[in-house]
Amino acid sequence: MSDVTRAEYCAIAIADCFADDGEIMGSPMGLLPMLGARLAKNTSNPLLMLTDGEARILSGTPPLGQTADVVEGWMPFRHVLEHVVPYGKRHVMMGATQIDRHGNQNISAIGPWEQPTRQLLGVRGGPGNTVNNKTSYWVPKHSPRVVVEQVDIVSGVGRARAEAAGPAATRYHQLGRLVTDLAVLDFNGDGGTLRLVSTHPGVTVDDVREASGCEIVVDGDVPDTREPSTGELMLIRELLDPKGLRDREVPSP
Amino acid sequence: MTRAPSKELSIDDVIGHISSGMTLGIGGWGSRRKPMALVRAILRSDLTDLHIVSYAGPDVGLLLDAGKASKVTYAFATLDSIPLEPLFGQARQNRTAAFREWDEGMFQTGLRAAAQRVPFLPMRAGLGSGVLDHDPDLRLVTSPYADGEQLVAVPGLRLDVALVHMNRADQYGNAQYLGPDPYFDDLFCMAADTAFVSAEQIIDTAGLTVDAPLQSLLINRTMVAGVVETPRGAHFTTCSPTYERDEKFQKEYATAAKEPETWAAFKARFLSGDEAAYQAAVKEFSMEEPG
Repeated sequence: MSDVTRAEYCAIAIADCFADDGEIMGSPMGLLPMLGARLAKNTSNPLLMLTDGEARILSGTPPLGQTADVVEGWMPFRHVLEHVVPYGKRHVMMGATQIDRHGNQNISAIGPWEQPTRQLLGVRGGPGNTVNNKTSYWVPKHSPRVVVEQVDIVSGVGRARAEAAGPAATRYHQLGRLVTDLAVLDFNGDGGTLRLVSTHPGVTVDDVREASGCEIVVDGDVPDTREPSTGELMLIRELLDPKGLRDREVPSP
Repeated sequence: MTRAPSKELSIDDVIGHISSGMTLGIGGWGSRRKPMALVRAILRSDLTDLHIVSYAGPDVGLLLDAGKASKVTYAFATLDSIPLEPLFGQARQNRTAAFREWDEGMFQTGLRAAAQRVPFLPMRAGLGSGVLDHDPDLRLVTSPYADGEQLVAVPGLRLDVALVHMNRADQYGNAQYLGPDPYFDDLFCMAADTAFVSAEQIIDTAGLTVDAPLQSLLINRTMVAGVVETPRGAHFTTCSPTYERDEKFQKEYATAAKEPETWAAFKARFLSGDEAAYQAAVKEFSMEEPG
């Protein structure tokens, strides 16, 4: 299936992050994470619970850009913060303006906290997410400025910092994967550091190393990210993203 | 028969209850159901040195830009459909105020502690993160039980005054949201010594539940000192289902805020008069052909 696009490999890799989660709430932040989570719900994990990004839990999976579907529940922000994050039955996939070798993530600001050179969103829910429920990350443009040795401000907490903070921080700390436009990584290197899991077809291990601002652990031969099935491709192209919004976030090389 | 007195106020009456130096909580979330008519009135006032506590959107950006806020407690600042709040970003980068950045859940917990009149509530959020690095006032608390866990002791976010915007209210301060999300507006009111509700409509009490479920009555009158009717008072943020975000206007705001000249022109056009003048200028803007 040589016509599979880079965005489609990303969608497949993201869907696989949610495959073994069972009956929990998925919180995909951003376009490709939403596509991947909706794909997982249609394939590997029909128990996955997803919202419209606002207060409605949807029983189906509308196409990207649309939110209308049968409503199966109510999920206002107060319930996310109070009933879902600390309850733990959740897997969030957040973006990252910076993510470092130790799995710390930054969406707060670039530069010193006291006077940043560029203010971003703020820490948002990153601190609470990472010490309460499973957390994965999505980076649409893997570069040395994004995948770094050390983030400027820690929003999402990596393994080493959680361990330094003590058992209350590690008790429910669980990082899943980092999916980028080049590769799939996890945090199973020594001490919870970034490790390469697979590269998307057309990308070499050296490409990933060159695009990273820190060391990436490589254990032996690194496989290609798996091929989508015909059914998965049909779901992506016909049902979940007929307008091809995925190609705007991840253009094919 | 003795009747309860009306709590209906004017916009200026509400602003008269706020003093410089106060801690002011603002309800809503990002660019959603913000009490913008009241925020605009603060911009026009002599108030200064406010500590703003908000899930921040254009409310906080505007108050910072106007020099009204000397401190902000927040978890994020965003316009939702436009990720970054431009005036907030400028204030952070130019360090024009003091800032305290918490996790979203910590912020809710802080409001809850204040509402329940306890000094703090424990939670996991914050452990290991930059929040603890950058807010030296935060303390940990050790569980007195066998687990011995060390958790963050989130201090109460006690407010002098809270301002929230609802779809409907009655003259006694009972207030109702008709959209999909209550946000944290009841907690803001309860965390405050004095709370004011602006509403799209003030209607007869009996009307509140004629066409809306009981659960939409989020705020009861014991939490509220005054109500004010401000039609389109959340503009340009959402007030679902009465109206959605004015995306065209928000884009104009965010674009104008990037440069001093265009921002001065925006303020002259939209923010130099009273609320009626604002709404008239917005109406005129909405009828312009897209450029």
